[in-house]
Amino acid sequence: MTEEQAAVAAPESGAPTDEDVILELNDVRTYFELEEGTLKAVDGVSFAIRRNETLGIVGESGCGKSVTGQSILRIVPKPGDTQGNIWLRRNGETVDLASLHPSGREIRDVRGRDIAMIFQEPMTAFSPVHSVGNQIMEAVLVHESVSKQDARTRAIEVLSQVGIPEAERRVDALPHELSGGMRQRAMIAMALVLRPKLLIADEPTTALDVTIQAQILRLMQDLQKEMGMSIMFITHNLGVIANMADQMVVMYLGRVVEQGSVEAIFGEPQHPYTQALMESIPRIGLTRGERLSSIAGTVPVPLNPPEECGFASRCPKFIPGRCDAKVPDMIETSPGHHVRCVLYE
Amino acid sequence: MRAYLVRRFLFMVVGWWLLSVVVFIVIQLPPGDFLTNYIAGQEQAGTFLEREEIEALKLYYGLDRTPIEQYLFWAGRFVIGDLGRSFGSWRAAEQPVTKILAEVLPFTIILSTLALIFTYVVAIPIGIYSATHQYRPGDYFFTAVGFIGLAVPNFMLALLLMFMLFRYFGITAGGLFAPEYALAPWSVDKVLDMLKHLIVPVVVLGTAGTAGTMRVMRGVLLDELGKQYVITARARGVSERRLLFKYPVRLALNPIVSGTAYILPGIFGGNAIVAIVLSLPMTGPVLLTALRAQDMFLAGSIVMVEGALVIFGTFLSDILLALVDPRIRQERAVAA
Repeated sequence: MTEEQAAVAAPESGAPTDEDVILELNDVRTYFELEEGTLKAVDGVSFAIRRNETLGIVGESGCGKSVTGQSILRIVPKPGDTQGNIWLRRNGETVDLASLHPSGREIRDVRGRDIAMIFQEPMTAFSPVHSVGNQIMEAVLVHESVSKQDARTRAIEVLSQVGIPEAERRVDALPHELSGGMRQRAMIAMALVLRPKLLIADEPTTALDVTIQAQILRLMQDLQKEMGMSIMFITHNLGVIANMADQMVVMYLGRVVEQGSVEAIFGEPQHPYTQALMESIPRIGLTRGERLSSIAGTVPVPLNPPEECGFASRCPKFIPGRCDAKVPDMIETSPGHHVRCVLYE
Repeated sequence: MRAYLVRRFLFMVVGWWLLSVVVFIVIQLPPGDFLTNYIAGQEQAGTFLEREEIEALKLYYGLDRTPIEQYLFWAGRFVIGDLGRSFGSWRAAEQPVTKILAEVLPFTIILSTLALIFTYVVAIPIGIYSATHQYRPGDYFFTAVGFIGLAVPNFMLALLLMFMLFRYFGITAGGLFAPEYALAPWSVDKVLDMLKHLIVPVVVLGTAGTAGTMRVMRGVLLDELGKQYVITARARGVSERRLLFKYPVRLALNPIVSGTAYILPGIFGGNAIVAIVLSLPMTGPVLLTALRAQDMFLAGSIVMVEGALVIFGTFLSDILLALVDPRIRQERAVAA
């Protein structure tokens, strides 16, 4: 993907005009009203995903990357509430998912058919008392008026497509009869059985062995080419992003701190947080005995967060009076490369 | 599945055997044996037994043998339906235990089954409602009602319901039939009258287990509702209602089904006071008088029969569990 095609920052108002953008988030905020205060898990996130593109979302645990994914499908657990705009282009028109009732018919229609999601935990992603095939068939039966037999045929097809041997037999297997890697393949099959335009993958390989991880990533890339879909890849693993993604979004404490093409950000990380993340990746050629750098402190909990840069408390380049004065604006430093830091203002 | 059923069936048989040993020990526990009590009772009543008669009885009850032989003797006769004789604690008549049980056992079993069904019919929907409406007014309301139901003694509830039914609906709730039907031959009206009289005992006996079952259903369902497979199903567009009943409710039923074994003894045990208050022909009062009079064959038989029924109920719930949960059919680990 070239610089020209890089994601543009979302326009301040109005639905996306670019035909190529299939999903666009504009100032999405998902807050949890708790007794202790307001937990701002996602606080004004904007980005766009284009057709056939892979967008990587990276950040530490608790940065809001998973909640962002859940917000898109409106499956945020209670008492979370999502505001802002989530524009989905479907059938030539644009729907704002954020305006839909979270258990209503319209959003249910989108789930699984337009946007599907796979999760981190293949062990618990399937009901233990229903066969894997039953749960894949359900996705078909909920969205299309086809016979059970047809749905079963589709389930078998998609299971063999994700590389599960003897799919005719495995379709009746209970989840515990499959290995972790097989279960993750089955979950991908379940997500892809309706050929969605966008697949949200929330840490899909984190719970797997390293060798299986590589297989699953390869499988996702192959299927993306085959089916022509966009992928939103949520991970804390920068290596995976470098491998898989065209565009990337770096999140910290519920906000996007840097976004742009993978080449641009890996080539020249601009936000001090992104820089620190890059420093913490193990590299071949690192001098023996040299320690990997780590980021001092831990991610704060975004409970009633102050109006300042979220990284201020841990930032090595902290400037008193500026970083803690307000939330920095998103600045375009080069075409398609945006950073939220006062150093570039 | 077949191996599972065979194994469970064997467990049941072993359970019955262990129960019989315990019951036999209980029967043997009081000082003196059955015969000395019997003779004393007869003498009190003014009848003196002949030596030959005593010897015949000794032979009949096998009292001249070792305890193990006596156990085998007793258990063997139990199996063929000879439960020994009651020496008259119940209705002051020396009679076979089977005759007394025939009077009270069928009704006890019917009523206990109805009470169990009542418990489930009331507790499961409320548990589901409470879990899906956690910390909302409805949840608090049912929780409060449930705990009150748990705390109010059975007999109190029985009296209250009897009073209200009589006061507001003109139904006399005591006994099994209204006086005009008591001696009448069986007819549709008589059956209807009996059903009317069953309402109060079923509600009273069923309420005791309801609160607990409700709380279990609520708690387990709350756990299940947050699980990943529910979120996954939601993410593929399944509606909330379908989702709820197909996945978490079904899984939450497991502990309820296997909990039958804990509810049944409560129902059997709770029937003494209720039966006395409502003057119903149930095993509870019989057991009570039998224990007080050391009428051990009668008491032991009731404990044995009811215990055997509880074990049988557990066997049934095992079958049900296998139908609900395919993992159990396969005899695999249920973990995770």
